[in-house]
Amino acid sequence: MEKYRVLKTEEDTKRLGEELARELGPGSVLALSGDLGAGKTTLTKAIAKGLGVSENLTSPTFTVVCEYDSGRLPFYHFDVYRVHDEDELFEIGFDEYLHRGGVCVIEWADLIEDMLPADAVRVRLSYGDGENERICEIE
Amino acid sequence: MFNGKHITLGIESSCDESAIAVLADGREILSNVISSQIEVHKVFGGVVPEIASRHHLHNLPFVMDEALSAAGVTLGDVDEIGVTAGPGLAGCLLMGTAYAKAVAAASGRPLIGVHHIQAHILANLIEYPGLEPPFLALVVSGGHTHIIEVRGWNEFRVLGATRDDAVGEAYDKVARVLGLGYPGGPKIDRLAKEGDPFAIEFKRVYLEKDSLDFSLSGTKTAVINYLHKETQAGRPVNSADVAASFQEAVMEVVIDKTMTALAQTGYSTLAVAGGVASNSFLREKLASRCEKAGAKLCIPSPILCTDNGAMVASAAYRKAGLGLYSDLHLDVFPGLSIESGLAKLEAGA
Repeated sequence: MEKYRVLKTEEDTKRLGEELARELGPGSVLALSGDLGAGKTTLTKAIAKGLGVSENLTSPTFTVVCEYDSGRLPFYHFDVYRVHDEDELFEIGFDEYLHRGGVCVIEWADLIEDMLPADAVRVRLSYGDGENERICEIE
Repeated sequence: MFNGKHITLGIESSCDESAIAVLADGREILSNVISSQIEVHKVFGGVVPEIASRHHLHNLPFVMDEALSAAGVTLGDVDEIGVTAGPGLAGCLLMGTAYAKAVAAASGRPLIGVHHIQAHILANLIEYPGLEPPFLALVVSGGHTHIIEVRGWNEFRVLGATRDDAVGEAYDKVARVLGLGYPGGPKIDRLAKEGDPFAIEFKRVYLEKDSLDFSLSGTKTAVINYLHKETQAGRPVNSADVAASFQEAVMEVVIDKTMTALAQTGYSTLAVAGGVASNSFLREKLASRCEKAGAKLCIPSPILCTDNGAMVASAAYRKAGLGLYSDLHLDVFPGLSIESGLAKLEAGA
């Protein structure tokens, strides 16, 4: 998959999510970063759909993590915006989720950079020139 | 029993707040203590709201002492102990239920697990004693946005829910991009009063025809895209107009769908619950729409809208009346359904 992609519309973001989903296996960790409205949740929803998750994903902002079991792999959706330090992450069982054989997608992952596993795939979303345009960088 | 009154203890710890209340005869608040509001534990190494479950462990004993002494009762006077068992953050729910179980085991009083949203809705009973099912409920908070048909005190049907962000969450996120700080709800509500609600036309998302579901993420993104565009063009942004127009866009959809649900179900009473029920714009608009529709509107005082122990006690009191008790095997359910999950809380489940 290319490292840099211009997403002209929300549809492009969804297509990228479904493409990413095909490359994920047990234990995959996707670390998403980008400003509010950059498309992190849109991308996460598309990844879940690509994995066959049938439930509607609601925002985990308040609960930090939401779990879904209806896809081809267990799917763990994190939003760590409200997490302040390593202890809090430890308390919600972050390490356990990483090693449960599912897929972890973490929104606002740049806030917990030190705690991400070394093999996490970094996906950075940012605003492009047009009103709806977004830029995606993957490493 | 205390002075001839039935005493219910309610314990809530599903998210940020550790809260305990003492209720007499199901509606008289003897005490309603919320951790973030008490001074005492600031002395004992202050615990500000945070997501860690450990803070509930620190807070609950202090909150309990305060709740019992403010009410002037002892554990021996308590008839049943209600506790939120879901939905919420697993670790936080665990702290509350473990604490409630310990208190139940030590005092020999029965334990009653309640659903967090059920508790929010039943908080209305404290100030509206005449409220009887069936009626319609609108639950709006930082974590929830639901239109619910209340068929009985322990029987609910979800008619509509958010497919992405909750109302309070959309407010928080917009407040963040406007640089207003947290919590965003009251700040946007206040700023909106100075702005023109029709200055900017933000996207209203109604979804499929007849759907009572919500999608609020699109309106949030519309605000962010607007700010981005204006900043790039070097134009000054009128924050008050943005706040007012955003509030108008979100609440218009919430209120329209609620009124549609009221018409569809044919119910004549609407009860509102959850933290966003404190929003002044929502309160005013709903009051006038309900008056026009000839419907009775119940909205509790702000202290009963936020997460609190009294709402849990209110729900536990009603469940006790129905004979729906839990036992010490009560588990926690982070994703508990209000439609199909309530039986999981009962003894022997």
